Amino acid sequence: MPMLIRRDAGGAFAAAADDRPVPPLAALLDGDEGPAVLLTVEDDLALLVPLLPRLSLVALEFAKYRDGRAYTTATLLRVRHGFTGELRAVGDVLLEEAPQFLRCGFDSFAVADGSTPEEWEAKAHAHRQVYQRAVDGRTPVFAERAPVATPA
Amino acid sequence: MPTSAAHYLYDEFDAAVVADRAAEFRSQVERRLSGALTEDQFKPLRLMNGMYLQLHAYMLRVAIPYGVLDSEKMRALATVARRWDEGFGHFTTRQNIQFNWVKLKDAPDILDHLATAGMHAIQTSGNCIRNTTSDPYAGAVEGEADDPRIWCEAIRQWSTLHPEFNWLPRKFKIAVTASDTDRAAIRVHDIGLHLRRNADGELGFQVLVGGGQGRTPYIGSVIREHLPVRRLFSYLTAILRTYNRLGRRDNMFKARIKILVATLGAAAFARDVEAEWERVLTDSVPSDFPEEALAQIRARFGVVEFETLPARSAAFEQARADDRRLARFARNNLTAHKVAGYVIVNVSLKGDGVAPGDASAAQMDALADIAERFSHDEIRVTHEQNLVLPHVKLDDVALVFASLDAIGLATPNIGQIGDIIACPGLDYCALANARAIPIATAIQARFTDPDRAELVGEMKVKISGCINACGHHHVGHVGILGVDKKGEEFYQITLGGRADEKARVGDALGAALPFDQVAGAVDSLVEAYLRERLEGERFIDTYERVGLGPFKEAVYADAHPA
Repeated sequence: MPMLIRRDAGGAFAAAADDRPVPPLAALLDGDEGPAVLLTVEDDLALLVPLLPRLSLVALEFAKYRDGRAYTTATLLRVRHGFTGELRAVGDVLLEEAPQFLRCGFDSFAVADGSTPEEWEAKAHAHRQVYQRAVDGRTPVFAERAPVATPA
Repeated sequence: MPTSAAHYLYDEFDAAVVADRAAEFRSQVERRLSGALTEDQFKPLRLMNGMYLQLHAYMLRVAIPYGVLDSEKMRALATVARRWDEGFGHFTTRQNIQFNWVKLKDAPDILDHLATAGMHAIQTSGNCIRNTTSDPYAGAVEGEADDPRIWCEAIRQWSTLHPEFNWLPRKFKIAVTASDTDRAAIRVHDIGLHLRRNADGELGFQVLVGGGQGRTPYIGSVIREHLPVRRLFSYLTAILRTYNRLGRRDNMFKARIKILVATLGAAAFARDVEAEWERVLTDSVPSDFPEEALAQIRARFGVVEFETLPARSAAFEQARADDRRLARFARNNLTAHKVAGYVIVNVSLKGDGVAPGDASAAQMDALADIAERFSHDEIRVTHEQNLVLPHVKLDDVALVFASLDAIGLATPNIGQIGDIIACPGLDYCALANARAIPIATAIQARFTDPDRAELVGEMKVKISGCINACGHHHVGHVGILGVDKKGEEFYQITLGGRADEKARVGDALGAALPFDQVAGAVDSLVEAYLRERLEGERFIDTYERVGLGPFKEAVYADAHPA
């Protein structure tokens, strides 16, 4: 079983234990009343949205790390559907992608490459500056720059 | 006269982005060299940073955002060519540069060196948003709605390490023009943006989507006539999000956005995008940059301080009257500038016996000097693999010509039959089916007489060594595609393609020809054109008027077995 790494509200990374079952979306649609769900890239997010208020964990599966659909799903869960519970990356979850996971609102990671919380902590700070606003609320470069006197 | 920088120079924030990305790549390379990463694990990481493994060596593709260079950047490229390559750089159809002979262990040092000049290889490969390309004459020609480089730079910032769009179904290319004359080939890009003003004088983008070349060429479809400029990034987010969700991932040859747009139909795709856009606008994290961010970028570009000069330069007129070579160069390589007394100088990288787009370290250093002294410290790269000195005083043209001539870069063939685009082909590329550069050389050899080339006039020949179409053969007035037939190289010829505002995909001429008949066939096409053309018609005009018939007859009647 892959190690689970969780980022807490203060931004610290630590190994975590979580034995909660994470049933697929189909199980929830069939009446499972648990607080967790596993969404694959083939699942229709619209079917999940009505169930979100009762969920505390949404796990998004990366069947291949090169398949970036779950980054969009994660972003939409946070900025459009107001999901504030735990957003977990599962599957082909690699340390190298940490900056994107974090910027798209993931906060726990079932890592596939044996990477450690310390490595995730370091990778989270690999890029000192970001150019665009994202789920993580980091201040983009344009808000750090000195204002221009006369806007064009 | 001191030159003033009027292009975007990286500030401390941009520099930090570049430095951190270079450091990240250094650590990835170190782990690969130590064996901690396998080639399979490393491949996507190196590809995110422009590092390809080619037939003979690693190739590093360095970004030249929207094709804009200055002397410092050009000298940094020259240093890379000299110190870490075999003395050459290869300017590409994406306005970038490639170094074909680098060693993996040197790549981190190369990136550190490039970073000192504000350069990098971020997103020059991989299934992400690539370098945004633009009009090489931006800011120098009459009639632009705005300076497209400002918007290209904004797109560069928005798309750099964009967390949501780094693992798209396939690579993604955006092109921007602000002219009605399209020199950025926006109709054959994933997204084409035409900056223009509406009837109320408001600046906006006409948005095209789903153009592209490769195995299945498509001309882009307009999905919005007027997008207010301040809404650019919410709209791009809507397009990219729609593509990220719905684009095919089961077959890499059907994964580009053009296939999605063609499958859904442009109207249905546009409806999906518009619906998504409405929701993007109310998402809790805004996608659009604030006006202030755009103003910052605009302010950093500055303004070129042109002198007030007469429209006619007596010195230049005298020099061209005295020197027939200068006169020819002036006829073929100069383009009108928006400011009186200035001119745009095109520098051909298509000299005899040189691979199209190649420049040596010595040439790059000399070009840096020329740009610094004569062109307000600016050089542009064109998608036709040439260079441009955008702001040259007419008074200085003779000196610029002499300086270019001294480094072998005064070839007077811009837009002519010798100004060929060709991919690296079978000589260098692992994907190719056939050689491309030797075909270009063979065609050039038949048109070494500059009088004849000038008589023929504008004729765009584009050669690809395989159906991936890196040589843009679909949009060549004459397109040549190398194919493999039972182990032998054959070439399919198409006519009538164009990449400009009237973009279309070329029509197949007939059966493919063997290697040694291609240059002769092009000669026959030229002869047919010279017979058929009416006063003032270019090759493409004649072709559009008369169609394939006379050309087909000329080539296949003449194509006797060798």
